[in-house]
Formats: sequence, C-alpha cells, structure tokens
Amino acid sequence: MLAIVGTIPDPGVDILDGPVVRRGQAMFVEEQAVDTDRGTPALLASALAACEFLGLDVPHALLVGDEGLGHGSRNLYRHLSEVLPGRNYTTMAYHYLQPDTDWHDRVLLAMQSMATMPKIVADAGFMYAAKMSGQSGVYDLFTPDAGELAFLADPDAPHPFYTRGFILHDDQDVPARIAEAYEHGNSARCLLVKGGTDRVAQNGRVLYTVNGTRPGSDSPMEAASMKAVEAMEAMGGTGDTITGMAAALMESGMAAPEAAHVAAQANRVAGDIARPTPASQIHELIQHIPAALDRVMKQAG
Amino acid sequence: MAFWKFGKKKAAPGSASADRGLLVFENTSEVIRAESVLKEHGWTVRVMGPPPELRTGCDLVIEFPLIEELNAIRLLEQAGASLPLSVVPVNSPLLTPVDLFQVKDFGDWIMVRAANMKLTVEKASRTIVNISGGGCPDVPYLGVRLIGKTLEDAPHPRDVGHTLCGYALALAFEEMRRQCSQ
Repeated sequence: MLAIVGTIPDPGVDILDGPVVRRGQAMFVEEQAVDTDRGTPALLASALAACEFLGLDVPHALLVGDEGLGHGSRNLYRHLSEVLPGRNYTTMAYHYLQPDTDWHDRVLLAMQSMATMPKIVADAGFMYAAKMSGQSGVYDLFTPDAGELAFLADPDAPHPFYTRGFILHDDQDVPARIAEAYEHGNSARCLLVKGGTDRVAQNGRVLYTVNGTRPGSDSPMEAASMKAVEAMEAMGGTGDTITGMAAALMESGMAAPEAAHVAAQANRVAGDIARPTPASQIHELIQHIPAALDRVMKQAG
Repeated sequence: MAFWKFGKKKAAPGSASADRGLLVFENTSEVIRAESVLKEHGWTVRVMGPPPELRTGCDLVIEFPLIEELNAIRLLEQAGASLPLSVVPVNSPLLTPVDLFQVKDFGDWIMVRAANMKLTVEKASRTIVNISGGGCPDVPYLGVRLIGKTLEDAPHPRDVGHTLCGYALALAFEEMRRQCSQ
C-alpha cells in the first residue's frame, strides 16, 4: 500500500490517519474534507488518480494541520515514530512537513523498524530534513526543482533560501548540480529534477530528459504535448502532481527512474489537455491525470 | 559538517545541528532580552559564543531553529525587543540569503519569483491568483490567506508567514507591489 505523509494548511486539524475517500470531486480522510488545491492534498489527489488508473488500492493518508509553526508537523512526526513499526506500507511519499532533522531521524528509524522497509519518496520540507540529516542515500527518489537541486548540491546549505549557486532558470548548470548532489552524498538513489526540462538521474548520471523541444532527447514521446506548458510554472502544485504520480507508479512495481520518467511526461500531457492559464488551480490538471498516464504508458509500450 | 549518522551518538537536544541558525545582536543586553522573549513563547533556544567566522555583533549569539526565522523576528518585534544585526546558519555562518528576483510577463498575468517562491497576479484586477514553490508548511497556508485577494487587501506574507519560505514570499510580494506600481 502507498502512504502519503504531509500537512494541510489548517492548524485546527489534528492528525488524520486513514485511506483517502473520493466523493465526486471532493476528497476526504477520516471524514475530514481536504482541499486538493492547497498543500499535500495536491500530491495525494494526484496519487489517488494514478492509483485508480493503475488498479491499485487507494493511498493511505497521514496528514496534520500546520500553518508553518511546526506544531502539527512535530505531532505527526511523533505519531509516525510510534505507529510505523507496526504498519506494512510498501511505498511512502513524504511532502510538506516542517524540516526537523531530529524528528526526521526518528521517523527514518521507525521506517527501518518496519517488517519490510518501504520504498521512500521525499519532496518539499521532508526532503530538506533528509538532506540536512545526512541520510539522503536511504531514499529511493527525491523530486526537487532547480533551486532545491542547488540546495542539495551545496553541502553547507541548510535551506534553499541559504544556498550558494541558487538556480533560478532551467539552465545548463542542472547536470553539474546533479553530479555535485551525488558527490556530496546529498541525493536520493534517484533524482527527478523538475523544470522547463525535467531530468531523471541515477548515480549522478542523467538517464532521461523530458523536453519537447530538446534535440536528441531520449524521451519516447517527443511530441507537442511534451513541451512545457508555460502557465504551469506559475501554478501551485504542478510539482506535487509529478511526485504523486511517481509514487503511485513505484507502488505498481515500476523502478524509480522509469516511474519518474513516466510521471514527468504524464504531467506535461495533463497540462497540454488542461490548457491552463497562470490563474488555473491544480485540480484543473489533476482531473486529466488518468488520460495522460494512459497516453504516455501506451506510447511507451 | 556536524551531521550525525545512525549508530553513532545522537546530538544532544538543542545542540548545534544542520537545521539551526544564529541570531546575531549588537550587545549582550539585547541577547538576554531576546532569549527571554523567545523562551517565554516556548522556543528551544540556546545562548552561546559566536563562531570565529562572525566578526560583527557581541560575544554572544542565540541558536534557534533557522527555518522559523520569520516567526522569531516577528515575536521580537511584537515584544519591542531589539532585532538581530543578522541571521546566519550555524554550520556555515558566511552563507547569505538568496536575493535573486525573476519577473515573468504572461500577458494578462505577471509572476515574480524571489529565491524559491513565486507569486502571480492578474494585472487588471491586481488579484493574487497563484503562489508556488517552496517546501515549508506555511506555503499552502499563505496560499489560503493570499490567493483571491488584491495586492492591497492581502495580508503581507511577513505578517502571516512563519518560515524562510514565507520570508522569500514576502520579498516577492514587495517586488510585485513595486512592479505593479510602475
């Protein structure tokens, strides 16, 4: 079973620990409605759409309200450290959590106490904590954007806001930064760097690029739908949807690099179908994920 | 690096670690006042000597959770305490915040990026339509508070954010106001 861990922006919500339930367009966990457009529920909704498409069990959600003060995150860290040794998740995706290296390490220890260590995906705050704890190599997949990649590549940076060589643009520095992240031991085994060009790397080497205009790309879907949809850069949650799909694909048995590659492509196809503007919200893209995965996976054979 | 590994001795609570920062003040009385304010609000902070790289400020600094820089500064402001001369990461005190801006014109919309945070506004109505980037849990919270409001009606991210991502969004917000006033 796939488990999704993160926060929702309502500090009044206590820990939610249960399977996600879809009712029409709305999503619920333990009868609590969660807004797809804000926070970890975007990743959760994307994973749910992908699991439904792939015929998998619905994801199990472990969420808590946190407005950025970290109280909810720390409660959830504590809960995870207590319950995970008795759980049997096969894939776990961690997302918006207040970065805290001490609590990160306790949660990682709890995962290592599970009967079988799950495949682990990390993004956002939990990825920051994983890097700062020096435990990145335990993870199967990190999904940074270019700025977060620069943070991974800088061994001293405590946060993307304090990072030497911060990358604003999707430029030629990305492959070099990928190599540095691996060199310093601050990368997961697989990296998906999200941007105008998406890159999937393993052991410091870029395996796949996804960019509809890039000559020589080894993407199997070099078509108009693979071009970056410019408006998606402005939309909140477009990176979360990739991470959610990648986690679901890994849960289906796909290796992390291939899962990341398919997810990156499907995100672009979903964007191409949705035709968003910079004012669009992420649920407008998520509804096209099943069709997008169908197209990408059929073309990939 | 002060990272610790499993199987090795765990760092004592509150000790220097990769996710902590230092508040650097001008004199010792400011340090003592700030420490009192933060402890009164339940923070785990520690007064210590500054690392040798720091050549400004007094001979004491306050170690605190760096991610919550914006929240810490706001608490000191509200308490009428002196603000720090600088805020630096424990493990690399010479690192400075990213101060890169990027402005992207989408026609009817304009996007400003400051470090890892992006803010997008509809030009005609000056309404905030999207916030993206950043991995701290106040990013979605700031989305709830700001999206759908105009630049004039929205709360300043400096007042409602709590983390370094909120701090970066505050920079983007100010740059957006500057862009839209031109």
